Amino acid sequence: MAPKQRTPKVRNPDLVRGIGKYSRSQMYHKRGLWAIKAKNGGVFPRHDAKPTDTTVAVKPPKFYPADDVKKPLVNKRKPKPTKLRASVTPGTVLIILAGRFKGKRVVFLKQLPSGLLLVTGPFKINGVPLRRVNQSYIIATSTKVDVSGVNVEKYDDKYFAKEVQKKKKKGEGEFFEADKEEKNVIPVEKKDDQKAVDSALIKSIEGVPELKAYLGARFSLKAGMKPHELVF
Amino acid sequence: MPFKRYVEIGRVALVNYGKDYGRLVVIVDVIDQNRALVDAPDMVRSQMNFKRLSLTDIKIDIKRVPKKKDLLKAMEAADVKKKWENSSWGRKLIVQKKRASLNDFDRFKLMLAKIKRAGVVRQELAKLKKENAS
Repeated sequence: MAPKQRTPKVRNPDLVRGIGKYSRSQMYHKRGLWAIKAKNGGVFPRHDAKPTDTTVAVKPPKFYPADDVKKPLVNKRKPKPTKLRASVTPGTVLIILAGRFKGKRVVFLKQLPSGLLLVTGPFKINGVPLRRVNQSYIIATSTKVDVSGVNVEKYDDKYFAKEVQKKKKKGEGEFFEADKEEKNVIPVEKKDDQKAVDSALIKSIEGVPELKAYLGARFSLKAGMKPHELVF
Repeated sequence: MPFKRYVEIGRVALVNYGKDYGRLVVIVDVIDQNRALVDAPDMVRSQMNFKRLSLTDIKIDIKRVPKKKDLLKAMEAADVKKKWENSSWGRKLIVQKKRASLNDFDRFKLMLAKIKRAGVVRQELAKLKKENAS
């Protein structure tokens, strides 16, 4: 029994709204003010304000702004990650609806603290790497893959942050040179992470007949398919 | 072409409009020119306009307004469920329902199966054509 469930003791119940059952003198006795006074020698205990250290003399400011500017109210709101749909659980096959991988069927791994969903192809099956995707741009199917052998603890939003580009000073001659000489090389650790996540996944995928081909194929609407009537 | 399916006590009908869409019901009494009293094993007996009913070939042997117990017994005796599921109309409805409830994965597997079957058929056809041509 949780302690908060007990109704608090009411000393002076209402007979009618605004009128208590006990008079002033009865309440004086009930509250035990006579005992408090007796303990303090017939007088009600006083708590004088403690003398605070004299505040350091504030110098008058050098500058007063011309107009009174209103200060904005303090905002203590902490945004929560978006509520995950009940149909989206780890191992669910999702269909991505927009972006480079639109139509791809992909395995859901976990929801990151920013609210985005961590998702992987697996890469060998359909070319979708470990990637973040927004919940609004997916359809959740009811097909589930076994993800018990996959460890996704170490992936969070910082893992996917863009590399900070060092600012190049643009001299006059360099304006005309091709700016895009940097090839986007994916670091080896990311490739290893991908392999680590996918190896366990691919094993459980190959256990289900035709699931590998399913994940490799893209989804598209054909003639006669009505999305509002389709069961995913 | 005379009519073959008549509105009569004991005629089994399919509801084609409204809350009970798709349910098989038995006409238990005729109220007036437009309405019938209709009953089914898992339904409260109620009235329905004839326009909401599509008559089937199945008929059971009951008296006018039987007790629910007697209705159930008569339906069991005539084996309405099995007759319905074996009729072509009933089978079509079952297939429609199955198709509508297919998962995205199920639809994919269905596509693969169709392609496979078409491949086998085409092979046989090619074989027969060759035999015929020679």
